[in-house]
Amino acid sequence: MKSKSLSLKQILNEESVAGAIFTLPFIIGFLLFMIVPMLISLYYSFCDYNILSPPVWAGFKNYIKMFTEDSTFLKSIGVTFYFAFVSVPLRLIFALIVAMILFRTTKMTGFYRAAYYLPSIIGGSVAVSILWKRMFAIDGVFNKLLGYIGLNKDFSWLGNKDTAIWVLIVLAVWQFGSSMLIFLASLKQIPTTLYEAAEVDGANKWSQFWKITLPLLTPTIFFNLVMQMINGFLAFTQSYIITQGKPMNSTLFYTVYMYQQSFEFYNTGYGAALAWVMLAIIALITFVLFATKKFWVYDEGV
Amino acid sequence: MTESKKFSRIIYHILVCGFGFVMVYPLLWMVMSSFKETNTIFTTAGQLIPEKFVLDNYITGWKGFGKVGFGTFFKNSFFISVVATIGTVLSSSLVAYGFARTKFPGRRILFVAMLLSMMLPAQVLMIPQYLWYQKLGWVGTYLPLIVPYYFATQGFFVYLIMNFIDGIPRELDEAAKIDGCSFYGTFGRIIFPLIVPALITSSIFSFMWRWDDFLSALLYVNESIKYPVSLALKLFCDPGSSSDYGAMFAMATLSVLPAIVIFICLQRYLVEGISTSGLKG
Repeated sequence: MKSKSLSLKQILNEESVAGAIFTLPFIIGFLLFMIVPMLISLYYSFCDYNILSPPVWAGFKNYIKMFTEDSTFLKSIGVTFYFAFVSVPLRLIFALIVAMILFRTTKMTGFYRAAYYLPSIIGGSVAVSILWKRMFAIDGVFNKLLGYIGLNKDFSWLGNKDTAIWVLIVLAVWQFGSSMLIFLASLKQIPTTLYEAAEVDGANKWSQFWKITLPLLTPTIFFNLVMQMINGFLAFTQSYIITQGKPMNSTLFYTVYMYQQSFEFYNTGYGAALAWVMLAIIALITFVLFATKKFWVYDEGV
Repeated sequence: MTESKKFSRIIYHILVCGFGFVMVYPLLWMVMSSFKETNTIFTTAGQLIPEKFVLDNYITGWKGFGKVGFGTFFKNSFFISVVATIGTVLSSSLVAYGFARTKFPGRRILFVAMLLSMMLPAQVLMIPQYLWYQKLGWVGTYLPLIVPYYFATQGFFVYLIMNFIDGIPRELDEAAKIDGCSFYGTFGRIIFPLIVPALITSSIFSFMWRWDDFLSALLYVNESIKYPVSLALKLFCDPGSSSDYGAMFAMATLSVLPAIVIFICLQRYLVEGISTSGLKG
């Protein structure tokens, strides 16, 4: 009896057994909360299904409908791309500029960094979204401040289909704090000897930035670009709370449209198909970004 | 220091402060508006400082909607965030140790699966998970907001803790092994105490993300008595609500308070977490 219980202990302490036991939560979680739901939804995406009645196999109908009949779908893709492709580069440029400025350390640097990072801490919250909605309302603070410098102050930023999306873009750019911190960390890793050598060779600050700083930062920029493009494509709360896609679907983000189809119109099968198309789009964006990598990202030879 | 250098320094600080003021202005406006009399918020939107500081908005806002006060919403949010965070940190540290310190068949595939799950956004899983939880009978309860986090479903945290464990010398593990420690003993007695800083960083992020989480609450919580703060705030925007903007700003201010307090007290851990693992926009 004793030798048997000892051997159980020994088995449990085999490296491969222990490894499997430690990673067991992930194995279960991955299967239960990711793989199974994804398989279910893959099946439903090929079905006519609206929660109330049982799913009926419909082949590629949902996917075909999307690209041929559903102009709202195409519109929401356009809006989402526009949002991601404008807000992410702007945010990274801002983050880089501010990181360069704050890189110079003074007694106040810690305080400045905190102030610039603060909006990012709470940026995704509902509180900020409702704040934004009121700021850009006709009687909101933005118009009041414009009035002080003598500009037209009765403009409805959220009611106009050309400006509403910019309210959301400004909100996204405002939260450049995390990227800024990441840039600051990578700036620290650039050896100062490079700058000293450049100085000896007579390079001014401007060309030092373009020839040393920027190339050495490209891996960081690339990483940020990929992650934030994906996140930009997935933005939900801002659009859902601030504009609900209005006016005239000019701010209808893909995720909001997907939510509406699935949970407001109860087209669950169609919503599932939308989710799979979204996954494909994200994979495509990532793939394209990686394909461009060798043209502009500095290779550290790792 | 020369005159011109001094001058350029002053210019630098003025510019940085000025722009910083623009950055935090929206938040200042929200906080200040919450102390204005509610009917003067938009007539005096251009002024930052209230003519008269009042606390009425906090009192009316705290009463909440119908019979449910904001105290309940805050309690709900705290409960969900704390319980989910405990699960995230515990399960992620176990899995991270498994990946960092043991070799077993299938480890590589599993690791790739974890990286893929990190890239896989929650929004893609929104509908499939909803259908699945509906089958399990979890819709309308807190279970979908809590249980998945006990299974290391957020690869970000596994990755963060794993990086930290990689920085701990393996000699410690080997010494423990020679002294007769099993893998479990090594984890519990050696590694776990050493990764506390990484666990704190993870807890902070997890707590703040859970606190802000709006989408899953919107999907799964359907009785107002169970609403977390994020969902309750949305009620202020619903058409047909009283649109008491003073109360709205007051409760919005309170809702971001935990994040700001955490940020101020634990800034060091946050900054380290962001710069070493470099994630999240």
